[in-house]
Amino acid sequence: MSDIRPRAVVAGHGDFAAGLVSAVQQITGRGAAFVPISARDLSAADLEATVRKAMNDAGVSVVFTDLQAGSCTMAARKVLRGREDLVLVVGANLPMLIDFVFADAMSPTDAARHAYERGRTAMALIGGGAR
Amino acid sequence: MTLILNRVDDRLIHGQVVVGWGQPLDVRFIVLVDDEVARSDWEQELYRMGTPPDMEVLFHSVDDAVRAVPRYRADERAGILLTGDVASMLRLVLEGGVRDVNIGGIHHRPDRKQRLRYVFLSPDEESLLRRMVAAGATVTARDVPAATPVDLRELIEPEAASA
Repeated sequence: MSDIRPRAVVAGHGDFAAGLVSAVQQITGRGAAFVPISARDLSAADLEATVRKAMNDAGVSVVFTDLQAGSCTMAARKVLRGREDLVLVVGANLPMLIDFVFADAMSPTDAARHAYERGRTAMALIGGGAR
Repeated sequence: MTLILNRVDDRLIHGQVVVGWGQPLDVRFIVLVDDEVARSDWEQELYRMGTPPDMEVLFHSVDDAVRAVPRYRADERAGILLTGDVASMLRLVLEGGVRDVNIGGIHHRPDRKQRLRYVFLSPDEESLLRRMVAAGATVTARDVPAATPVDLRELIEPEAASA
């Protein structure tokens, strides 16, 4: 049984969150640090309630979402309203989440900032005449 | 161009609208019709932040939208008219001249029956949709452009004949 405790929620369309968390588990064995949520078939109100409940139940203050315009981001922003202690990172990717799970010496807020910077710089364009 | 999509979607502005429809159709403005959002600066800012800078978002109450729709229909840009519920869109059909209605997402609620993966309807909502058709509107369900439209008549049973 894993002794990794949840540190963040990951919310996205389709199987985005479950897929990313599965990849984190495969690479690091620390997938349990995330609670995955899918927006599939949920109304805006139900999605907001699901994100809120997942964060409360897991006792986490960080949520990662997939898309700036997406319903998960809208829901998370509503959950964050008036809560300065909560952090939302939009545009989650695998390097970002891996960075987050290894930043367990930091506070969740600092780890989220660190992961955000890592995720931003983790992309590369190779070939195709890239300069 | 004009209003190229008149959509009922209880998530209002979200990925399917901005990306799924917005990108392939080169949508440049969204008219969001919702009484609650029209009263809330905070929610308006939330929805504006969810759209690209080159996509204008305009907010109206249902009453205001009835008067404004003809102006948006004459806009040279491609736009989406968006309501979060069937009743608001019915008013835009009856009083604003909307003729094609897209059911994009009406999700689960205890009083609703599932008709498609993304369409759940209450008896009252089905009645309102029938009124749209009776008023001359074409009503189809379609969540994203790549999906096949489903005619309303395939979604709901015919209204029971009165005794």
